[in-house]
Amino acid sequence: MTTVSLTVNGQSVTADVDPRTLLVQFLRDNLRLTGTHVGCDTSQCGACVIHLNGQAVKSCTVLAVQANASVVTTIEGIAEGGELHPMQAAFREHHGLQCGYCTPGMIMSAIDIVNRKGNALDEQTIRAELEGNLCRCTGYHNIVKAVAAGAQGMAQAPMRQAAE
Amino acid sequence: MYAFEYHRPTSVKEAAGLIGQVEDPKFLAGGHTLLPTMKLRLAGPANLIDLGQIAELRGIERSGDTLAIGAMTKHAEVANAAEVKEAIPALAELAELIGDPHVRNRGTIGGSVANNDPSADYPAACLALNATIVTNRRKIAADDFFQGIFTTALEDGEIITQIVFPIPTQAAYAKFRNPASRYALVGVFVAKHADGVRVAVTGAGSNGVFRASEIEQALSGNFAAEALDGVTVSEAEMNSDIHADAAYRAHLVSVMAGRAVQTAVARG
Repeated sequence: MTTVSLTVNGQSVTADVDPRTLLVQFLRDNLRLTGTHVGCDTSQCGACVIHLNGQAVKSCTVLAVQANASVVTTIEGIAEGGELHPMQAAFREHHGLQCGYCTPGMIMSAIDIVNRKGNALDEQTIRAELEGNLCRCTGYHNIVKAVAAGAQGMAQAPMRQAAE
Repeated sequence: MYAFEYHRPTSVKEAAGLIGQVEDPKFLAGGHTLLPTMKLRLAGPANLIDLGQIAELRGIERSGDTLAIGAMTKHAEVANAAEVKEAIPALAELAELIGDPHVRNRGTIGGSVANNDPSADYPAACLALNATIVTNRRKIAADDFFQGIFTTALEDGEIITQIVFPIPTQAAYAKFRNPASRYALVGVFVAKHADGVRVAVTGAGSNGVFRASEIEQALSGNFAAEALDGVTVSEAEMNSDIHADAAYRAHLVSVMAGRAVQTAVARG
């Protein structure tokens, strides 16, 4: 067993884990944060995307022990006081989902896109930047609309962006 | 994934020291090839030595006419670094074409070069730019480093510390991606140096990355896409699989080389 200490959604966490525990397993099984999904388990689909030290990564391809001393944000950590994050609100408003399986990863990727590319995102940029997230249901159309709207929404809530 | 012991050294010296002490060790860089391989149980090291906490392996530095990139520098960092965009924009563009944004936030240049996947992008840049692969033991010219698919000059326990790229006069990378895997079906890196043109091809060769001498000769007299009219590459050494046969890949090499030259010339 190896000891791992990290911050998850603002909370300090320390645990002894089998070194082969994936970060996504640690989040789901140890911390019961089941919002982060496992889709393909081969770094392709993006259902497991979380933020590791502020950067979007696929948590199925990171060992929990590699995240030692890191700051992790999951889909559970972005709403504030019962109020949805602007990107979550945009996905609901624009119905950027059908079954919802890919949605946590989509939203965590979308926030990362805004953090890197700014709040004025054109369709081409959004589609290109979402290449690491697969959706089997929607044909992406409403997801793209939701990301554009969520990006605008984040511009109106700059404090949250900074906090994240 | 088989069980393993995990080690987290904080210096190259400490990492190298572990090699003699533990059984069946393997270095972990960004993990975006090794971890999937371990999940498939195609690799099962008894000891995993994580290079992720070694600060001296990261960073990008320009000095004079070379650009040095630390082995644990991530693809996203290379793609976005002002020093790379200014000195060798083709290298930043190549890094931006690897995988997807999440993969680029984890994958490292040193890991890619050490793995020498026959479809990886960085080996083509190293060969065409005449890079030097610096390890904790020696300096290896790219021409001597890549020795066939998944095979390099690295000895057991040797750690790549940085890759040093001479800054070319003009360069560009053109990649024909497999739309599913994003690996290069064919990728061609073209670089014009003060002492000649070097052209390296990834994704196509059955023996991994290689220099395309026919294309280098054609471009050395005239560094323009027209110089490649009628220039063909032999399909004898090309890879053939469900994605593309050898003839298709051979044809693509000339086409992508032409596109790379156009980009390089347009950049000036």
